[in-house]
Amino acid sequence: MDALILQILNGLDKGGAYALIALGLTLVFGTLGVVNFAHGAIFMVGAFCAVTLQKVLTISTKVRDESVTLFEAYKEVPILEAKFPVVGAVIVDYSVPLAIIFAIPVMLLLGLLMERGLIRHFYKRPHADQILVTFGLAIICQEIIRHYFGANPIPQSAPEIVAGSANIGAFLGLGDNVVYPWWRLIYLMFSFLVISGVFAFLQFTTFGMVVRAGMQDREMVGLLGIDIQRRFTIVFGLAAVVAGLAGVMYTPILPPDYHMGMDFLVLSFVVVVVGGMGSLGGAVLAGFLLGILQSFASMNEIKSYLPGIDQIIIYLVAVVVLLVRPRGLLGRKGVMED
Amino acid sequence: MSKKPTTGNWTRRDVLKASAASAAITGAPLFFSRHAYGADFLNNPGDGGTVTLGFNVPQSGAYADEGADELRAYKLAVKHLNGEGDGGMMNTLQPSALKGNGILGKKVEYVTGDTQTKSDAARASAKRMIEKDGVVMVTGGSSSGVAIAVQGLCQDAGIIFMAGLTHSNDTTGKDKKANGFRHFFNAYMSGAALGPVLEKEYGTDRRAYHLTADYTWGWTQEESIIASTEAIGWTTAETVKTPVGAGDFSQYITPVLNSGADVLILNHYGKDMINSLTQAVQFGLKDKQVNGKEFQIVVPLYSRLMAQGAGDAVKGIFGSTNWHWSLSDAGSQAFVKSFGQEYGFPPSQAAHTCYVQTLLYADACERAGTFEPCQVVTALEGHTFDGMGNGPTEYRAGDHQCFKDVLVVKGKDNPSSQFDLLEVVEVTPRAQVEYPVDHPMFAGGDLGSCNNGA
Amino acid sequence: MKKSTATSDWILFIAFSAVVLSMPIWLAPFGANYPDLMQKFAIFGVFAIGFNILFGLTGYLSFGHAAFLGVGSYTAVWSFKLLTMNVLPAVVFSILVAGVFAYLIGFISLRRSGIYFSILTLAFAQMSYNLAYSVLTPITNGETGLQLSLSDARVLDSMVGISTGRSLPSTTLFGTKMSGLPGFYFCAIALIIGFFIALRITRSPFGTMLRGIKSNQTRMSYTGLNTRPYLIWAFVISGMYAGLAGSLLAVTDPLAGAERMQWTASGEVVLMTILGGAGTLIGPVLGASLIKYFENIFSAFNQGTLNQAFAALPDGIQSVVVDVVSLFVGEGWHLTLGLLFMITVIFLPGGIMEGIRRIAGLFSRRKDKPSTGAAGTVAEQS
Repeated sequence: MDALILQILNGLDKGGAYALIALGLTLVFGTLGVVNFAHGAIFMVGAFCAVTLQKVLTISTKVRDESVTLFEAYKEVPILEAKFPVVGAVIVDYSVPLAIIFAIPVMLLLGLLMERGLIRHFYKRPHADQILVTFGLAIICQEIIRHYFGANPIPQSAPEIVAGSANIGAFLGLGDNVVYPWWRLIYLMFSFLVISGVFAFLQFTTFGMVVRAGMQDREMVGLLGIDIQRRFTIVFGLAAVVAGLAGVMYTPILPPDYHMGMDFLVLSFVVVVVGGMGSLGGAVLAGFLLGILQSFASMNEIKSYLPGIDQIIIYLVAVVVLLVRPRGLLGRKGVMED
Repeated sequence: MSKKPTTGNWTRRDVLKASAASAAITGAPLFFSRHAYGADFLNNPGDGGTVTLGFNVPQSGAYADEGADELRAYKLAVKHLNGEGDGGMMNTLQPSALKGNGILGKKVEYVTGDTQTKSDAARASAKRMIEKDGVVMVTGGSSSGVAIAVQGLCQDAGIIFMAGLTHSNDTTGKDKKANGFRHFFNAYMSGAALGPVLEKEYGTDRRAYHLTADYTWGWTQEESIIASTEAIGWTTAETVKTPVGAGDFSQYITPVLNSGADVLILNHYGKDMINSLTQAVQFGLKDKQVNGKEFQIVVPLYSRLMAQGAGDAVKGIFGSTNWHWSLSDAGSQAFVKSFGQEYGFPPSQAAHTCYVQTLLYADACERAGTFEPCQVVTALEGHTFDGMGNGPTEYRAGDHQCFKDVLVVKGKDNPSSQFDLLEVVEVTPRAQVEYPVDHPMFAGGDLGSCNNGA
Repeated sequence: MKKSTATSDWILFIAFSAVVLSMPIWLAPFGANYPDLMQKFAIFGVFAIGFNILFGLTGYLSFGHAAFLGVGSYTAVWSFKLLTMNVLPAVVFSILVAGVFAYLIGFISLRRSGIYFSILTLAFAQMSYNLAYSVLTPITNGETGLQLSLSDARVLDSMVGISTGRSLPSTTLFGTKMSGLPGFYFCAIALIIGFFIALRITRSPFGTMLRGIKSNQTRMSYTGLNTRPYLIWAFVISGMYAGLAGSLLAVTDPLAGAERMQWTASGEVVLMTILGGAGTLIGPVLGASLIKYFENIFSAFNQGTLNQAFAALPDGIQSVVVDVVSLFVGEGWHLTLGLLFMITVIFLPGGIMEGIRRIAGLFSRRKDKPSTGAAGTVAEQS
């Protein structure tokens, strides 16, 4: 029982990450009809927004370590902390949450630039061309990040107050062994929040209404005299912000490195397709479904019967879903089928 | 001889190859030998003034930083061999036949390549070095799969392979080759060295839970650690295989909480280790109490570069390592000094093993008086030396594995600098980590006979 | 009309063969005339040509073709281990096994089209990769890769009394070792045969049918035609090409690693084909060679070689130039690849072949050939 609760939490947590990345991807599919292989790189750049902010906040004076004589060894004392002992320490401690504020404009700008400068010219091009150009872009983003930050993962810590684990077991009246890291719970809440935010935005604003109409029938909306193009540009920016924030918040769980985008790219495509191309609800549903199934498949009780099942479960589910439901869980007819 | 990869000038070999090829096109039957220019072994530098070594390291992918550090060490070794710089460990190697005028009087040149930490790419890169650049020795690598793959290639081609960072028992066990040599320690040695320290620190009544990277290196390490921990009376609660590159390990970590185990052993390396350790600490495993004992985490194979990636999570965690820059023997000091002066920071264990391998190869050539691979093999086999940072060391003839002391280290609680992440807890003497050539964990292999490519 | 096409096809075929066979000569100035890289050009050329039969003709984008490459390699190495070091059985078995494997996967995946098809193939390939890496290690030798060993049975070889003593045997073609240049010529001939078959397929009614599926599948089915068998055949054929490429990898270097089946490897052949020009006959080979060239040559530049290359420049300028260039070569070779992808696709929508046709167009205006057109016409012209 305890184990099951924990695995459900693991699954939700993973699912939250998958859903956040897939959401932007499917949004771009649905509105612009673009296969964006650079979406993983956007996620990665988001994570490095957190790294950048941390590096900036901890710009240090170097105090020579006299015990080491063979090379220059330093103990780094962050200037901010040294100048403002109390406030500075708090700010450094909260660098990841603060990075959200920093990442939103950065990611929005990046998204808008990408769309205006590149993606826009590829709306009418075959998907193959879109794949090649966005893949190229992803590689370039990666290499730039690697040039400045190296290939090793860079640890990011959650604020001290939420660094430990929550004793959910005590809260629910279960055993002591049902503990879960605070930060993962926060991540889960955060993903719910962002997903609902995006849905609310598309559901309840005029802007969202137009975009949804545009997803249904782009030409028609254009004929009504609405500049659907500009709105789609903003949608791309929005997708970039969502992926970027997913990246920022994920850094304490997974120390970011330049390659993390590629690791998530394939997975997020599977999530999007299992959910159904262009379906926002589908992407979210599929994200959580795959996350939970992956967690369960990793349990020893299951692995001992089906060795290696945890390595293939996501793909297995994808195959089954696509054979049973031709357009994924909630996909619409005619999207990306040719 | 110029080694420019692209050049308008045709070298003698190019011309020979091209003329051979054109002969084939015109249909003339011609037997192609890779040694058309007459030599008694592959890539014989002959009368030329230079000799070329191939440094095959990961320059992209997860181990790129480690690869970069290896490359720095190689460049430093070449410099020292050619008599530039302060000589580093050339001054401390005992006995030494090195003269500081290159190898056998020939200036050392080098070519580099990217293994991408993939067997295919690594072999393609090594083949380029052998076929195009005419290297007499290939060295490098940052994972066991790649090392074994390239070792096999060098055996087939007929040149020497000096392994870089490879920790799997198989490299000098099941997959050992006559032309391949490993200075780095292995999983068995990690287990043997860690056992007594774990007993001293954590007692004899422990239940260990293993998370193991699901591939050959992970398995050999798991096997080795289980053997040595069960020898001190520990029990093994569970062993769970995790996919390589899983990223999020939460689904494997939560079952540990309820398992009744009080030690978690992470048989992971690189990014997997950084992620699993970071996440295990987040799940509160470091502060947990089980059966009235403090819960403990052990990472059998440690490296400083990885410790950097895991940040504060490594504090207080035990592991083993081949070498660490803070050692105070003359050899280590000499190496750290010249590396530190050259690059401004201390070398990693990967850099150390690569530097040492290059010097050992050069020394063997000097002693053999030739680059001929089989004579170099003979010179290396059973060779004992000292002053390379690991105390007295022997290249065992039976399996081409170096036997030397092993370091048990612990994540430092109060680092005094950004490089001061690990502290050496114990130097486990060689006798304690030694095993017979036909030990079951290393069985099934055969060195075969040496190949000089002729 | 038909006759002239046939003549131009023969010219194309002969020119292609000549260019491939003379690689050791004309690649010399590029520093690429060493056997391993030329073998890779030929092998990945085969792979890309085969991939193009599916993708270029039918428009079905498989993201899992590396699985067939991997299966081909494993089959070939097992043939070396169990039967004989002769390469012919290995090649034949690899093609057959890859074909069967492709039929199974194609049978299921081709129930869907568009991106759903892509994801199905991706899923199958990733499952193969993950299992080969871990659980199937007894068959695949996991991370290390399947290798020859001294204790291999080699039934046929031992029957005829070939033994290799204490050193590992080499792959042979009736006694000729398949490493080095002979290995390249073996691969080159495979490439030429593969190219010829692809040419025939493209020109055949079958090829026309496949292109019809690409341009409008719905219309095709309205004519009462069941397109599925054609698609499955195209899928199996291209899977067999991948199997052949996989076996050639094992022939020139008897080791089969799981990472050959990873999605990045499948993605690589997609990139090769698009970069060269999907739907064209020559394009995929060009794309494959270009990517392999970058991977092997650009990654090998280091500070030392750069300093040599720019030694003629004055000192100050030299160090600046070397610093700038070193961003793009050595460990930065991925960056160059990324730039290459973007520049190609931005300026040459049809890949490199588009560029070649544009250049050719400049010289032959009077023939009044269209300078742009659908991929189908591209295939006709090349």
